[in-house]
Amino acid sequence: MSLSVGGTRHLQALLGSLGRLARSPLSTFLTLLVISLALALPAALRLLVTNAQLATGNFANAIDVSVYLKTDVPLAKAQQLAQSAGQRLDVAAVTLISADKGLEEFRTYSGFGDALAALKENPLPHVLHVRPRLEAGGNAALESLRRYFGAWPEVDLVQVDAEWVMRFNAILEVLRRLLMMAAALLGVGVLAVIGNTIRLEIQGRRAEIEVTKLVGGSNSYVRRPFLYTGVLYGLGGALLAWGIVAIAVTLLGEPVATLAKLYGSRYVLLGPSRDDVGVLLGAGVALGWLGAWISAARHLRSIEPRA
Amino acid sequence: MITFDRVSKRYPNGREALTNVSFSVHSGEMVFLTGRSGAGKSTVLKLIALLERPTRGSVLVHGRNTNALKSRHVAAFRRRIGVVFQDHRLLPDRPVFDNVALPLAVAATPLKEIDKRVRAALDQVGLLGRERSLPQELSVGEQQRVGIARAVVSKPPLLIADEPTGNLDPDLSLEVMRLFRRFQDVGVTVIVATHDLHLVREFGQRVIVLEQGQVQGGAPPDTLPSLVATR
Repeated sequence: MSLSVGGTRHLQALLGSLGRLARSPLSTFLTLLVISLALALPAALRLLVTNAQLATGNFANAIDVSVYLKTDVPLAKAQQLAQSAGQRLDVAAVTLISADKGLEEFRTYSGFGDALAALKENPLPHVLHVRPRLEAGGNAALESLRRYFGAWPEVDLVQVDAEWVMRFNAILEVLRRLLMMAAALLGVGVLAVIGNTIRLEIQGRRAEIEVTKLVGGSNSYVRRPFLYTGVLYGLGGALLAWGIVAIAVTLLGEPVATLAKLYGSRYVLLGPSRDDVGVLLGAGVALGWLGAWISAARHLRSIEPRA
Repeated sequence: MITFDRVSKRYPNGREALTNVSFSVHSGEMVFLTGRSGAGKSTVLKLIALLERPTRGSVLVHGRNTNALKSRHVAAFRRRIGVVFQDHRLLPDRPVFDNVALPLAVAATPLKEIDKRVRAALDQVGLLGRERSLPQELSVGEQQRVGIARAVVSKPPLLIADEPTGNLDPDLSLEVMRLFRRFQDVGVTVIVATHDLHLVREFGQRVIVLEQGQVQGGAPPDTLPSLVATR
C-alpha cells in the first residue's frame, strides 16, 4: 500500500465517520454534551487549583517569623542578636523593630494614640522580623527556626505567621487529589459513553460489516471508521468542554475581579493556558480512540458473514 | 483450482450437512452444483469462501489447504473469490457505485482505478449510467446484476454464486447465466449452485449433484431429472 493510497483511505474513513455523525445531529450532540461535561468538570477543577495557587502566590513570600524579646533586653543586645540571626543560612533577612519604633507605629496605625500617651513607659518589647529563605519555607525548616530562636534566653515568644499559608496549601493539596480522582472517574465514564455509542453503531451497521468482511475487508479495515468516530467524539467533546470552561471563566471574571479588589488585589481570573487546552484535547482524543478500540475489538469479532 | 477431499461438515446444531464429499473443479471450468434444498449446496460454497470450516477432510482453494489458513489471512483469501447471493446482499443506503466499489476499497485500490473498474464492471452487466441510483430504485434483476458486478469488479479468479436466479423470471435467469458464461470465457472459474434444472440443461456444463450431503456420481446433464426433483 503506498503512502498516498493509505492516506486517501484514512481520509475516506474520516470523512465517512464525519458524514455519519452529521446525519444524526441530535444524538451526536447529546453524546458530545455528555462527554464534554465529563471533561469540563476536571478541566474546571484544574483551573480552580491553578487560580487559587496564583492568587495566593504572593503570600507565600509573606511567611514570616516574629521573635518577641523579653522587655528587659536592651536595644544593643537586640541588635547583636539580630546580627547573629542574619548570619544563619536559612534566614534571608532580619529586621529589628525596636520598642520605640514599635510604639510609634502602633500609635500611628492603631488609633489608640491618646490612650498610649497616658502610659508612663513603653510596654512593647524589641521584635525581630525574620524572613526565612524561600527554600527553607517547608514545615520542618520553619519548625527548626522556631526551636532555634525559642532556645535563646532573651526570647519571650516566637510566632510563625505561616500557619494559614500551610493550611491553604493543604487545602490545595486536597483539591489537587480530588481533581485527579474526578479526572480518573470521569475518564472511565467517557470511555463507557464512547464505547457504548460505538457498540450501538456497530449493531446498526451489522449488515454492512458482514458484506465488507465477505468481500475481503480485513479486521483493521472494518474497525477504522469506528476508531475515527470515537476520536471525533472525543475531540468534539473536548472542544465543547473548552467552550464550557471558557464561558464559565468569562461569567466569573467580573465578580472575581470585584472580590479581589475588595481584598486590595488586582487579581484577574485566568482562563485555561495553552498547555491546559492541549491536555484537554489530547485527553479527549485518547479517550475517544481507546473507548472505540475496546468496543470495536469486543463487538466486531462476533460479526462474521453468513451466507 | 478447487478440491474437496473427503469433506464432512457438521453444524453446531448437530445437523450433518456434508458427508465425505470429494470433487474437483479445474481452473477456468464452469460447474453447476445442484440438488434439493438442504442437500448441502450452500455448505459447499460456504466452505470455499471460508464462511465455514470443514469438520473433517480438507478443502483446497487456489491450491491452498484452507485448514492451514490463519484467520488473519482470511480477508486476503476472500479478495480472490467473487461471491453472488440469491438475495444479492447490497447495502441499501449506498448508491450502486459504492456497492460495486466495496471489494476494491477494502483492497486499497487507488481512487482513479476504482472509478475505472467500477464503470467497467457495470458496463459488463449492462448497468452503466446507474452508478448514483440506490439499490431499491432498481428492479430485482438489476439488483442481482449489481451484485454480480460487485463480485467480479476485483477480477477474482474464482466466482461462486448461490442460487443467483432464485428470485428471477426465466428470461432474466438466462441472462444472468449467460453473464456467468462470459466470465468463464475470460478464464474465471465459475461455480453456480442452483436447483433450476431447466437452466442447467440449457447450458450443458458439468454438473455436481448433491443429495443428502453426498455427491451423486458425475452425472451428465440429460440424466438429471431422475436424480433431482424440480420444485
